[in-house]
Amino acid sequence: MLWPPAICALALVVLPVVGLLVRSDLTRFPGLIASTSSLNALKLSLITAGLSTVACVLFGVPLAVVLARSGTRGIRVLRAVVLLPLVLPPVVGGLALLYLLGRKGFLGILVTTLTGEQVPFTTAAVVIAQTFVAMPFLVVSLEGALRGAGDRYERVASTLGAKPWTVFRRVTLPLLTPALGSGIVLSFARALGEFGATITFAGSLEGVTRTLPLEVYTQAEVDVDSAVALALLLILVAVAVIALARPRALEGVRS
Amino acid sequence: MTLSAGIALRRGEFTLDVEFAVPGGGVLALLGPNGSGKSSVLGCLAGLLRPDRARIVLDDRVLTGLPPHTRGIGLLSQDALLFPHLSALDNVAFSPRSTGAGRAESRKRAREWLAEVDALELAGRKPAQLSGGQAQRVAIARALAAEPRLLLLDEPFAALDVDAAPAIRGLLRRVLRSGPPTVLVTHDPLDALALADHVAVLDGGRIVERGETRKVLAAPRTAFAARIAGLNLVPGVAVEGGLRTSGGQLAGIPAEDVVEGEAAVAVFAPSAVAVYLRDGEHRGSPRNTVEGTVDALEPHGPVIRIRTRGDGWAAGLSADLTPAAVAELALEPGTPVNLSVKAASVAVHAVADH
Repeated sequence: MLWPPAICALALVVLPVVGLLVRSDLTRFPGLIASTSSLNALKLSLITAGLSTVACVLFGVPLAVVLARSGTRGIRVLRAVVLLPLVLPPVVGGLALLYLLGRKGFLGILVTTLTGEQVPFTTAAVVIAQTFVAMPFLVVSLEGALRGAGDRYERVASTLGAKPWTVFRRVTLPLLTPALGSGIVLSFARALGEFGATITFAGSLEGVTRTLPLEVYTQAEVDVDSAVALALLLILVAVAVIALARPRALEGVRS
Repeated sequence: MTLSAGIALRRGEFTLDVEFAVPGGGVLALLGPNGSGKSSVLGCLAGLLRPDRARIVLDDRVLTGLPPHTRGIGLLSQDALLFPHLSALDNVAFSPRSTGAGRAESRKRAREWLAEVDALELAGRKPAQLSGGQAQRVAIARALAAEPRLLLLDEPFAALDVDAAPAIRGLLRRVLRSGPPTVLVTHDPLDALALADHVAVLDGGRIVERGETRKVLAAPRTAFAARIAGLNLVPGVAVEGGLRTSGGQLAGIPAEDVVEGEAAVAVFAPSAVAVYLRDGEHRGSPRNTVEGTVDALEPHGPVIRIRTRGDGWAAGLSADLTPAAVAELALEPGTPVNLSVKAASVAVHAVADH
């Protein structure tokens, strides 16, 4: 009974990729992706997605622990707020970032007065946009793991004389490792594929803000073959990320 | 080293209000069914639960309001809760390491404690590779390695196999002999008997009865304590196949942790005691027979509980009979009777000898 819809679902995931493969001219593949603009976009994508992932970990891990462990009232509301970028169309997120950090945004004015720099349409803006959309993936997978495990080990550790920071470092973090792995993979993949928020908030300047997805979009208007080749490249990178992290990290999402 | 505690806590409909003291080297058992508030008491002592009102003093040091890690307490629960990412050795070394000792020094101390609980050969294993009994052994070593000034045991045998429990019980009895004041929480009177010198019976958040373990278990004064305890306990010295008492041998089945020549107690239910009139000639399989005199009869649910007096182990025994049997034998206070109990119904347990 479940097989027909399951096969449909699988086909929906696999067939578009097949379509792309059929459409592409594999003999021209090396030449198409070796162009300067493609290589620039690939480099920029890997760097910004890497930086966003680091930012997600630095800020997301503490946030997940606070959300999972704090008994404060109103934490439920906070939990819903954190999920906002997941359900928000990325373009809307990009607009929101623009009106916060843009020339007339209140934080943007502050940054400009303090440093003389502007945030939008810079590489930093790309990283911020990617972190914005990718962070919930990390927080959700960590928070689930934390709540599933409960705080029994932490309580035991505290009765053994460990200070709260020691408990976090020696018990909470090591127990989180599998979930952290899957969270990192998911948020890196999300950052790598980010398009809407980036193009609204950071624009599409080659070498500065034009990441791989933006390059695909740009090329699709002028040279479809090269766009297809770039799309294949993105798929290759995504598959490589999943292959490196599998199987344990991604399975950790379920538990 | 002494613990004195008064704790009050309110959670919805449930109120807890208890006061007790445990002298140095003493073991107090909090005995009660699920939901009687036992574990809440431990949580408050450990600092994991915040009571509404409390006064907890350990060796002149007020613990009330202190965070758990500064209290100097050891907590052992029914699940060993060994940290899954650390080896058995590093689990035991966790407390010394967290309280300032170096890595080598912590491991050295951990090895000593593992040896103390006969688990040195498990040092290199991960918790996933340990059986329930082995894990609990390591957990005991881990709790003791913190050199706690107060030890809290929360149903430490509840999650163990029937096979593993006696060995752990024996181990705890050994380490508690020279240990800090200890509070044991249990629903099993036998745990209290094995480890505790004093018992407090908890019902609905209040202590309804307290006293020396054997007295409370053998002669509960409240109906509630009688329901969960109310056992016949005959003290003596363990011998092969039973117990030597002041009034003769008592045949029974020794528990696994009983050591011959050491203090032990024979335990049997009032329903296992058969009552015969002294004049009758009754010979049967029961090997334990003693002369006594009916002292009192009281209704006890659907049966009538008879208390007897007499020499030897007939003193203070309880026997449950149906009203029909009591009528047929015309039992009344003063009636001389023979009491007998099958050896198979008598369990011989080692006891705490503080």
